[in-house]
Amino acid sequence: MEFFFEQLINGLAVGGIYALIALGYTMVYGVMRLINFAHGDLFTIGSYLGMTILATYAVTAYLGPFVGVLVLIVMVMALVGIIGVILERVAYRPVRQADRLSAVVSALGASIFFSNLVMLIWGPRFRVYPEDILPRITLNILGLDVPLLRILVLVTSLILMGILYFFVQKTRTGTAIRAVAIDHGAARLMGINVNRIISMVFLIGPALGGAAGVMVGLYYGQVNFTMGWSYGLKAFIAAVLGGIGNIPGAMLGGLLLGVIEAMGAAFISTAWKDGIAFIILILILIFRPTGLLGERVADKV
Amino acid sequence: MLKHKNTLLVLAFTVAIFSCPFFLNPYWIDVINNIGLYAILALSLNFIVGYTGLFHMGHAAFFAVGAYTAAVLNTSYSIPILLLLPVSGAAAALFAYLVARPIIHLRGDYLLIVTIAIVEVVRIALVNNVFGLTGGSNGIFGISRPEFFGFSIRRPHEFFYYIWSFLAISVFLFHMLEKSRFVRALNYIKNDEVAAEGSGVDVAYYKLIAFVLGAFWAGMVGNIYASKMTLISPESFNFWESVILFVIVILGGSGSIRGVILGAFLIVGLPEIFRQFAGARMLIFGAAMVAMMVFRPQGFLPPVPRKYATHKIKPGDETL
Repeated sequence: MEFFFEQLINGLAVGGIYALIALGYTMVYGVMRLINFAHGDLFTIGSYLGMTILATYAVTAYLGPFVGVLVLIVMVMALVGIIGVILERVAYRPVRQADRLSAVVSALGASIFFSNLVMLIWGPRFRVYPEDILPRITLNILGLDVPLLRILVLVTSLILMGILYFFVQKTRTGTAIRAVAIDHGAARLMGINVNRIISMVFLIGPALGGAAGVMVGLYYGQVNFTMGWSYGLKAFIAAVLGGIGNIPGAMLGGLLLGVIEAMGAAFISTAWKDGIAFIILILILIFRPTGLLGERVADKV
Repeated sequence: MLKHKNTLLVLAFTVAIFSCPFFLNPYWIDVINNIGLYAILALSLNFIVGYTGLFHMGHAAFFAVGAYTAAVLNTSYSIPILLLLPVSGAAAALFAYLVARPIIHLRGDYLLIVTIAIVEVVRIALVNNVFGLTGGSNGIFGISRPEFFGFSIRRPHEFFYYIWSFLAISVFLFHMLEKSRFVRALNYIKNDEVAAEGSGVDVAYYKLIAFVLGAFWAGMVGNIYASKMTLISPESFNFWESVILFVIVILGGSGSIRGVILGAFLIVGLPEIFRQFAGARMLIFGAAMVAMMVFRPQGFLPPVPRKYATHKIKPGDETL
């Protein structure tokens, strides 16, 4: 039983990271109907930027470990967000009116570009995150030994998701984002600057991905230029699981996928850990293509 | 006039390609062989992506099924690899039928994602040595070479004739098919699925046939690949192989045989020429994909629009 709860918390921590990345996919899909294949690589860039800034020890030396890491995450979020906005301007805006296939290939090209850029800058080998940034202690919660880091990852991702949910549901800009997701033309007629909203989405989505990148670096201690691919795909599955285009769906899907994977690895087979996610994806798409929280959309003729 | 020009161009290209082995060294012949293999694979994918307009990014899975079928049957039962050519194709086609059937109703992006999942599941299954047949992550080695009436094909230039003859036959067959009622129905589905359904085209059935045919051809290429390498492992059939094939079709000109062959030359051949820039070439490749979609989304050589000599049709003529 103890093992079960340990796996549950482990799954939730990883699931929180998946959820943060999944939010980027789902928001972009929501407003543009585009699978942003480069999103996973933006996550990698966030991870490497975090490593580079941490390696100077400047942030954590002045501000202490906890505030320092928090400031670091905000810095990385800003940088990756800006890269996201530039990506949209260069690679996606010109093909928005073309057919869907062009956008998909453009996104794939951007993904290849970014992953190779990371490889050229930081090298092809695994890089190690600076150690001992955060104290490696275990807390005892209700008789369970839980590493502090695991709780921090889970709490940080939940807080970020909470902020995003508040932003999208309660603010004017958030309302505009939801309006653009429903209908570009109608939103434009209501006086919403659609281009600005899409830029905004490309600021927020990659920023959350960048935050997830830093957390993965801190949590696992090492990063590699290809990791954006596997994390991106998993997060994408999480987004589909929850219902793509649906923000609470991505959060639920991420957490759920993290838990299912952790349980699958613990109780079924470690070798098939990666396969489980894909099999879930295939089953979901066959039986409920709109995902768990997605609404059924009528065919457009 | 145009027709003669086309025939001349095709003839000139054929002569140029088949004279390659006389003045290229084995390394470059091998590069041309790879281009040929990718071209055939891309032509088979063209059936699904180019003609029918389905977003299918899991073609490496069918290729893998063909290659593994050939490898397992050849190494365990020592059946001559050339005899297994149709068997590989049939195995891949059967696999395509089974996996495509439940997902055929999915549209656009959803289909794209499921096909990515399929190719990953196949790769993971191969790595995990499913049924104890696939040799795990090491793969299968010791696959025999193809033999034509006692003559064994082993050197690059011998494989060159084998692969490019196969390509020539494929091009001929696909070119013939392009004029058929069947491919016209596929094109109809690509342009307007609802209208096609409304005009009596059984969309799900035609899509399924496109998958099965494309997979059959990919399976046969898997067989050739297995006999060329004599060693296959799961890493040869990962998702990026599917992406490369997809990109060949799209950048070359989806739905056009000439475009796809040109695409294979550009995407498999060019990186070989720029080998000295090893590090940066994929970076440029990615940027080029984006630029291409921004400036020329239809690809380098898009298909020529169909023409019908409607003015020659008299009332009462059979038109289809």
